[in-house]
Amino acid sequence: MSSSTAALSWFARHEIRLAWREWLAMMTGRRKRKRGAIIGLIVFAAIMHLPAYAVIGRFADLQAPLDKSSLIVITATILLAWALMLSQAIESVTRVFYARADLDLIMSSPVSLANIFSVRIAAIALSVIAMALLLSTPFVDVLVIGGGVRWFAAYGVVVAIGLSAAAVAIAVTVALFRLIGPGRTRLVAQIIAAIVGAGFVIALQIAAILSYGTLSRFAVLTSDAAAAFAPDAASMVWWPARAALGDGETLLLLLAGGLVLLGAVMAIFSARFADTAVRVSAHATPGHQNARAKSFRASSRQQALRRKEFVLLRRDPWLVSQTLMQLLYLVPPALMLWRSFSGSSTAIVLVTPVIVMAAGQLSGGLAWLTISGEDAADLVATAPLPPARVIRAKIEVVLIAIGIIFAPLVIALAFASPLQAAITALGVAIGSISATAIQLWFRVQAKRSQFRRRQTSSRLATFAEAFSSIGWAATAALALAIPAAAAITGLITAAILAATWKISPRRV
Amino acid sequence: MQTAEPLSALQVRGLTKRFDRLAVDALDLTVRTGEFYALLGPNGAGKTTTLRMVAGLLRPDAGSVSVLGVDALSDPSAAKQITAWVSDEPMIYDKLTPLEYLEFVAGLWGIDPAVSEPSAHQLLISLGLEPHLRERCEGFSKGMRQKVALAGALVHDPRLIILDEPLTGLDAVSARHVKGLLQQRVQGGCTVIMTTHILEVAERMADRIGVIAAGRLVAEGTLAELRQQNGHNDTSLEDMFIALIDVEAAAA
Repeated sequence: MSSSTAALSWFARHEIRLAWREWLAMMTGRRKRKRGAIIGLIVFAAIMHLPAYAVIGRFADLQAPLDKSSLIVITATILLAWALMLSQAIESVTRVFYARADLDLIMSSPVSLANIFSVRIAAIALSVIAMALLLSTPFVDVLVIGGGVRWFAAYGVVVAIGLSAAAVAIAVTVALFRLIGPGRTRLVAQIIAAIVGAGFVIALQIAAILSYGTLSRFAVLTSDAAAAFAPDAASMVWWPARAALGDGETLLLLLAGGLVLLGAVMAIFSARFADTAVRVSAHATPGHQNARAKSFRASSRQQALRRKEFVLLRRDPWLVSQTLMQLLYLVPPALMLWRSFSGSSTAIVLVTPVIVMAAGQLSGGLAWLTISGEDAADLVATAPLPPARVIRAKIEVVLIAIGIIFAPLVIALAFASPLQAAITALGVAIGSISATAIQLWFRVQAKRSQFRRRQTSSRLATFAEAFSSIGWAATAALALAIPAAAAITGLITAAILAATWKISPRRV
Repeated sequence: MQTAEPLSALQVRGLTKRFDRLAVDALDLTVRTGEFYALLGPNGAGKTTTLRMVAGLLRPDAGSVSVLGVDALSDPSAAKQITAWVSDEPMIYDKLTPLEYLEFVAGLWGIDPAVSEPSAHQLLISLGLEPHLRERCEGFSKGMRQKVALAGALVHDPRLIILDEPLTGLDAVSARHVKGLLQQRVQGGCTVIMTTHILEVAERMADRIGVIAAGRLVAEGTLAELRQQNGHNDTSLEDMFIALIDVEAAAA
């Protein structure tokens, strides 16, 4: 074996080991509990078979040739999976450029950079495919159990679309670097990842609302209009669906296509990938210039803190992409709200839990960024300001930001139904306060850039935050439909919060 | 309760902190007003822990800390108002410009913008950051970040400046700028306490030097006094330091 091949195989092993450890750290929150993580994963996968059966079980008996409606539903599902993989792949590519501390070491090594980055591109594709296989396993298992071994071909489709998603992600990211430069690519790539992941579902929901007055995506996919618009059964568009059903020839063509696409991307972009990485690492940047020079403003100490937090939130790439995503998710309910002015749709009730849920989720992220994600913790701690006032200023920032984002929706709702608007406003307030309180009880000292790891630093806080958001969203929805039931869900959610507080590090 | 002497910028008595092991062991330390005091010691000796307790970042297990007559444990806000802390790892906000950072610090210390704004400009210019005043700090080198952090520490005109390895990561020109700035402050009546591993800096800049080992002050004085204690008038600070640490290690 030549030394260059040996170096490449060593590098491939290194990449796989890094990916495995990153994944393990995500699962275990940096604690070395490999066995626990694997057992947890197996248990989770086993449990996931139940919802998978509920969602997909009825499709197990599908046999080729399929009618157009079935082809459309399966193809749309595969397209959704592809969009999610693309989103994850774009995120992985930007992470390789910006977050890997080993670029200097790699680029100073005597191995060809084009080869090194080919391995890294392959590693990205592998990690995307591995994650997709993991998530799709319960669904494919249900199909195999219910419909026979021919459904194993669905795993092949996952691999094929994973290869193409990784290839497209790399091409898009490198193109972004070329077009808008390293400084802006990170933010834009994160926004694209968020939009791509959510956009497809939201577009279907919007079409469903506009055409059928429902949030159900299947209403569009199974409609006569979609069937009439769709291409012939022999079209290449249906190849993924046919391959998933067990058409071996089509599956091989898809796999070959995916491999060729990734190979072409490697050939074209691995050298540019290296060049781009050099540009990023040399991006001891003439950073973002703030053209407007403002004079120092007189303010109280808390105002200074609040102003700083608002500026940082406004400039936070994660927050921009997440807010955009939350707002995207709010487009369908907002559209439904708009439709309700012209009709008497009872589906408008659905708007409330969506808004309350979104407010709770966004508050949790905002609260982590402001309370735990303090980059200059020493500075704030040595300021002549009691810690309680620092915390209060930060909580105020979270609540004000949530108010600014959600007030327009609540006001719009007030025109359709004042009672629903009042309940939604109350739900948003309680949901946001609960999520903020959980972040406060579980606060840690961290850098804002560690945001991705926030959900692994405390599993308890993550679950409590999710249960609280879901609980208050359900309570708000039930308050409109069955008030007595709302009292029960409200009490359960409050009890969850009380239990969370009782076992939180700030209480113990 | 013992009251602070008017001439003491810092008076520490019986300061104790235990983590897994005893980090600071009933430490007594007095730094006079207007003095440049260098605190030396090997890695893990307790220098940073001591200074973090003085700056109000850590709560001591026992002991007292008085900053210019203010009891820092019972009235931390009053003590913090006149103190500045700069750590070896500059903590600034990537998404703020140096000017925005200094505006934030001045606001946090309640300084009138009419005073803080010209002072901020002057500080940043004197540290060679003029071309980067309106550039976000995210692309700054470690040295540039350290200079921004230092400017932040000085913008509220503290009377006691505590610096933990402030010259780490600075190039020779920047280090000279920083040293000059600190000496100016001392000449203006400010007190500086600095930890450093660069013994030459302590030798050239410090009025008095304290050597800390295993959480205790093992030697203190001017360079001449330390030489006298060591019994060799021509010994370098480095030789004395190593000898002191060896003695302590042997005693332990």
